Amino acid sequence: MERKIRVLVAKPGLDGHDRGAKVIARALRDAGMEVVYTGLRQTPEQIVSASIQEDVDVIAMSILSGAHNHLFPRVMQLLAEKSIDDVLVIGGGVIPDEDIPGLKAAGIAGVFTPGTPTTETIEFIKNNLKRGI
Amino acid sequence: MSDNIGKSFEDYDSGVEKALIRFPERKKTFSTGSKAPVKRLYTPLDDSARDYLRDIGFPGDYPYTRGVQNTMYRGRFWTMRQYAGFSTAEESNKRYKFLLAQGTTGLSVAFDLPTQIGYDSDHALSQGEVGKVGVAIDSLADMEILFDGIPLDKVSTSMTINAPAAVLLAMYIAVAEKMGIGPDKLEGTIQNDILKEYIARGTYIYPPESSMRLITDIFAYCSRSVPNWNTISISGYHIREAGSTASQEVAFTIADGIAYVDAAVKAGLDVDAFGPRLSFFFNSHNDLFEEAAKFRAARRVWAKVMKERFGAKNPKSLSLRFHTQTAGSTLTAQQPDNNIVRVAIQALAAVLGGTQSLHTNSKDEALALPTEASVRIALRTQQVIAYESGATETIDPLAGSYYVESLTDRIQKEAEAYIATIDGMGGAVKAIERGYIQQEIQDAAYAYQMDIESGERVVVGMNKFQIKEGSPTGLLRVDPKVGEQQSAKLRDLRAKRDNVRVEAALKALRNAAEGTDNLMPPILEAVRAYATLGEICDVMRGIFGEYQQKVIL
Amino acid sequence: MDGSATSPELVRSGDQLAIARLISMVEREDPSRLAILKALHAFGGRAHVVGITGPPGSGKSTLTDKIVGALRAQGRLVAVLAVDPSSPFTGGAILGDRIRMQRHATDPGVFIRSLATRGHLGGLSRAVSEATRVLDAAGYDDIIIETVGVGQSEVDIVRIADTVVLVSVPGLGDDIQAIKAGVMEIGDIFCVNKADKDGAERVVREIRAMLETAVLNGAATRFSGLYVARATLGAHAPISPAADQGAFHHIAAQVSGHPNLEIPPVLTTVAETGQGIDDLVKHIKAHETALTATGYLRMRRESNLAWELGHAAAERVLSALERDERKETVGELSRAVLDKKIDFYDALDALEDALTRSH
Repeated sequence: MERKIRVLVAKPGLDGHDRGAKVIARALRDAGMEVVYTGLRQTPEQIVSASIQEDVDVIAMSILSGAHNHLFPRVMQLLAEKSIDDVLVIGGGVIPDEDIPGLKAAGIAGVFTPGTPTTETIEFIKNNLKRGI
Repeated sequence: MSDNIGKSFEDYDSGVEKALIRFPERKKTFSTGSKAPVKRLYTPLDDSARDYLRDIGFPGDYPYTRGVQNTMYRGRFWTMRQYAGFSTAEESNKRYKFLLAQGTTGLSVAFDLPTQIGYDSDHALSQGEVGKVGVAIDSLADMEILFDGIPLDKVSTSMTINAPAAVLLAMYIAVAEKMGIGPDKLEGTIQNDILKEYIARGTYIYPPESSMRLITDIFAYCSRSVPNWNTISISGYHIREAGSTASQEVAFTIADGIAYVDAAVKAGLDVDAFGPRLSFFFNSHNDLFEEAAKFRAARRVWAKVMKERFGAKNPKSLSLRFHTQTAGSTLTAQQPDNNIVRVAIQALAAVLGGTQSLHTNSKDEALALPTEASVRIALRTQQVIAYESGATETIDPLAGSYYVESLTDRIQKEAEAYIATIDGMGGAVKAIERGYIQQEIQDAAYAYQMDIESGERVVVGMNKFQIKEGSPTGLLRVDPKVGEQQSAKLRDLRAKRDNVRVEAALKALRNAAEGTDNLMPPILEAVRAYATLGEICDVMRGIFGEYQQKVIL
Repeated sequence: MDGSATSPELVRSGDQLAIARLISMVEREDPSRLAILKALHAFGGRAHVVGITGPPGSGKSTLTDKIVGALRAQGRLVAVLAVDPSSPFTGGAILGDRIRMQRHATDPGVFIRSLATRGHLGGLSRAVSEATRVLDAAGYDDIIIETVGVGQSEVDIVRIADTVVLVSVPGLGDDIQAIKAGVMEIGDIFCVNKADKDGAERVVREIRAMLETAVLNGAATRFSGLYVARATLGAHAPISPAADQGAFHHIAAQVSGHPNLEIPPVLTTVAETGQGIDDLVKHIKAHETALTATGYLRMRRESNLAWELGHAAAERVLSALERDERKETVGELSRAVLDKKIDFYDALDALEDALTRSH
């Protein structure tokens, strides 16, 4: 049976603005991916644990509250503690350009700011998977 | 007369159709910002079913299509109210004093997410969030600093607080008490609209039933003790931000409003006792005419609901008063200066639609919290409209426009159809539990996004007329140390306060929550004893439980 | 990469990454999974497999979440397989059942996995049953399989689960729509969720009435096997007194007017508030006890295996026919039938001969 790209879409932190997360979840599904949606108020621990059990290829997180500098790197740290290095981690939301280099250095492979077309995110995922399809 | 017009219109139309062969129009179909079809031309023929006195009437008279006051902006302008708050109470207090000095006429407090969800700053889930999207308030001590030096009997204060609204209102009352100002002198608004939190905004705590009880307790308490307080701001803003159409915004907001009135009436309150203190909060989006029409339609729909469904008699219960904020979701991170223009058009729509108060977004809000400089431009935009545009010289200047009246009728009709569907499901609470309202919004949001990506919907500077740009500079940053500072303050507070009094107050609150007594008095007592927001909300969590998000994708 | 993260030893030690990756291999029919599954074979058969099924909107995920909580409180290790349909158009899927169970995400005693149907009906049954074996060998005491829909369900939950809980709710328009004739037969326990809503009592009554009718008509229900087993085998099988009194009398309600006939329990829950959950879990466990005590568990599993073997064999035959040289033979035979050279049944015999000769 064909291999499917599996993506965990999560909203870490406390902000409740999930329009973007839901739109991207639908767009990824329409691009043929399997999307595990975990909803609001997720801790980094919950996100990492779910990503392991669901064996996803990609973790996609959205934050609009400004807590990205704290929460995104924490997810990377937890993945590293579990020696998981083959999951592509991306983030989106209201994220100032000057924060992006720091997030990338922490291991967030792609950062998508407001106005990014969903097609761009889809292409990025397809071209940057860390595991063979 | 209309026979003549009809004949002439046919001549015009057939002429145009012929000309189109050689000079086609730009597009095959034309539509509003909410994707409703728009005709080439509107004429008196579109007015035939409308009755001026029944459907439009005079300003300050039923059904309030033309506005809720009889002189509108000739009497006084709308309240220019800029939503603000970040970091600590000290920092936000400085921003409020800056805004008052710049000519704002009311305060609007933004709380950080832990405060909005009833967690203290040192709670595990608060990590990284303290002070980020608003000010962190953990106890009365923070609230005293927040309003230090601001005369609470002279300004009106709007607080965007929902699930823990009762606690923050109690803190405001307690701060005023310390200033020697009685609750009857206080003016302002708490958002207190939990239903749209379930639908669109996400800062809920308790399940619907207990949340509705808290809301009706506030209605009852304020109608006795804080008579000039707007006890709820029934909000379509976030519904629209989540991606709804204009008609859905009106429909779902008013359906929520119906649910609140229903709950209060069932709790034994007189509709004309609390009705006058209900207020609304709408979005103002890009389509100038559709938005102006939306506000007119909303007033008409609400007036009918209150009169026909609830038998309200007090004109103040029938008239829909609202705050407006320009649409944050239309701001682009690309070429942020363009946002100034968008905000100006959206603000004009709100004024043409007869808003009672207005927040204009700052150009940099798609990137970060606004700086003082960009907040000033946003405020100046309102002042230019008020003092220079001429839009405020007469009442409801768009009335009688064939197009705008027709838009108003259409939005009313679509909203009423949605409300009937929701009635059929047993009301807004049931429709939310089913996920119906959320699903309708998500479908509209997805369609909107796909239209942008296909280029069918042009967003200037984002999917057309792009330029290469450097990174924006000078954005406002919240000191990441705020979390630690707040935690230290909390440790200090818990050590210094009278913990016996706190325990007793929390126990009294627990007893009230288990029973049916009004929750405001025990909350007020707990606040006075310096119980923290988290402690107070936890007592109620223990009894009411926590809401689980309904997601249907 | 995937292969290195998993092994029979790692799976047996309960390593969640190893379990997850093996399930992925199962999902994509990776041939290298077979060696691991074979090595795990000896360690299976311990877990109690519970199917939870019902129409969309019946609150299955919330119910599952609460059942997981109750089983965890008893110290049991719990795994959940949540099955959602793939889009027939794009092949993608949104798997949202997990939202309601995320509070268990960081509990090391719980493993939750979402599976998409990926179009292949038979294929998913196989994937779910293989994934169940993986979780069984990994040491989970209870494995809950949550599937949408009944009747035309993509996963034939009946063939995999020891105990099937059929969930219904009031107010889905046609009150009994979830439990139409023919679907009734697959439940061991019937649960009316959202029982605080209007009409719940009526749904309970209607389900009971349909069950009674089925029993009186002697319909072949899923539960009737167990009840017959108890009546016949039970006399000889070593039934513990606890099971007899605690379990049977608890689970079986008697048909009105026919004191010797029994129907399965019809329970009410409000998953949202947790109301009725303890009772439901008690019944699920009592059912397991009854299955074991009567020896009917073994009979049920045997017939499930027979079914699965048959289907797996049929799949093998079908895929054998897909091979080039077979395709050739099938083509030739089809043309011969079309040209009236031989009849259909002779062609079938010839094909069977060809298949058995080469195997």
